[in-house]
Amino acid sequence: MELKTPLYDVHVAAGGKIVPFAGYLLPVQYKSGVIAEHMAVREKCGLFDVSHMGEVMFTGPTALASLNHMLTNDFTNMTVGRVRYSVMCHENGGCVDDLIVYKFGEEKYLVVVNAANRHKDVAHMKEHVLEGTTIEDISDSIAQLALQGPKAPEIMAKLLPEDSIPKKYYTAIEEVYIKDLKCMISRTGYTGELGYEIYTAAENGARLWEILMEAGAEYGLIPCGLGARDTLRLEAAMPLYGHEMDDVITPLEAGLDFGVKLNKPEFIGREAMLAAGTPQKVRVGLEVTGRGIIREHQPVFIDDVEVGITTSGTHCPYLGKAIAMAYVPADKADLGTLVEVEVRGRRIQAKIVELPFYKRS
Amino acid sequence: MANVPAELKYTKSHEWVKEEDGLYVVGLTDFAQEALGDIVFINMPEEGDDVASGESFADVESVKAVSDVFSPVSGTVAEVNEGLIDEPALINQEPYEQWLIKVKDVSDTEELMDAAAYEEFCANEEA
Repeated sequence: MELKTPLYDVHVAAGGKIVPFAGYLLPVQYKSGVIAEHMAVREKCGLFDVSHMGEVMFTGPTALASLNHMLTNDFTNMTVGRVRYSVMCHENGGCVDDLIVYKFGEEKYLVVVNAANRHKDVAHMKEHVLEGTTIEDISDSIAQLALQGPKAPEIMAKLLPEDSIPKKYYTAIEEVYIKDLKCMISRTGYTGELGYEIYTAAENGARLWEILMEAGAEYGLIPCGLGARDTLRLEAAMPLYGHEMDDVITPLEAGLDFGVKLNKPEFIGREAMLAAGTPQKVRVGLEVTGRGIIREHQPVFIDDVEVGITTSGTHCPYLGKAIAMAYVPADKADLGTLVEVEVRGRRIQAKIVELPFYKRS
Repeated sequence: MANVPAELKYTKSHEWVKEEDGLYVVGLTDFAQEALGDIVFINMPEEGDDVASGESFADVESVKAVSDVFSPVSGTVAEVNEGLIDEPALINQEPYEQWLIKVKDVSDTEELMDAAAYEEFCANEEA
């Protein structure tokens, strides 16, 4: 059975087209449609319900050591109020999940994981956690909203004093009050755009949504669904678990080197990645030069030889062209390389281009 | 509620059909375009291609997904609405103006619904 987020009724009332996703009933789009929602985030602002995301608290004297043991990034020199991206790997180097870590105290961290992986992640964490760390899955008690787009700072400024709004990318403030609602706010997101993610108690979710929508109305804020969330992250070339990474793809193959600190003395998956050396296959961006749209799981050919497979693809509203991501051998990944992708029996021409496809100017 | 013009016939896969000067004109219904969302690409057959009743003759892509378009009739493609190839979003704007193909030499037609039956069919799909 699919679960409802605390905002389900709000979505239905707003004309959301509801679909099952990662065990939750969520809006794939609202009345304005995926393209309009995508453009709103690039040019004005959009509001997403991302309450399905999983939240896990790590507390105790060994919380830091547990994170450094289980995750690929290094949290040793992280200061309170910082947020850091990481991957959690299996011993074989494949990805259990990708996630972000918030530091709220020397012995207090919040880990935010993908909804679809939440139970797998928590089981993995409990198996590998060090003595002296308490892990608590608090996902069901939290609503999370993402306010994304260039107008997001102006909308926040209507609701919060300046010192309650995180200024730098990947920073957070643990306790702020939007009206009378206690929230945690971070300057993070999954759209390639400027914006915030705001966490509050589940029972406050619907009210927080209404407050933000009302404050944003004059800036063109509209509600956005999962459809736009996917086209936005794809345009920004952000990897999605189950597509660009999975239990056998390593974060190095996925091009996530910035979040993998092999110089740490130890973490799960490190030995396998060191043994594998430089990745033989790499994640690349494809831009369609022919006619058509490439989707996931479609074979990639160079000179009529099958060399790889696509992981995501769509028509990108802001760029106005069809793009995709794929895995190909490292020695065939040069920018400008011409490829063909087989789409339902038909070959579509594309070329390898630099990632990300879109970068905020 | 989707718009269902009374003068057209309909398929269960949400195509509309009308007979016009001996040709069968085929398009996508309002219900179909609404369900698909923003259409960004259409892959069409060519003039002279044979189409078969109940089989796919084109595919339309929205930002979300790809969907086949099924032919309600068997015959030969007499005309293709080339304008849609450059501007597929027109289907979202005026689904009953924007036909996809016209079919000639029709030898067979699928079981078609009238507007009342199709409206009921759509109501059940939504439920």
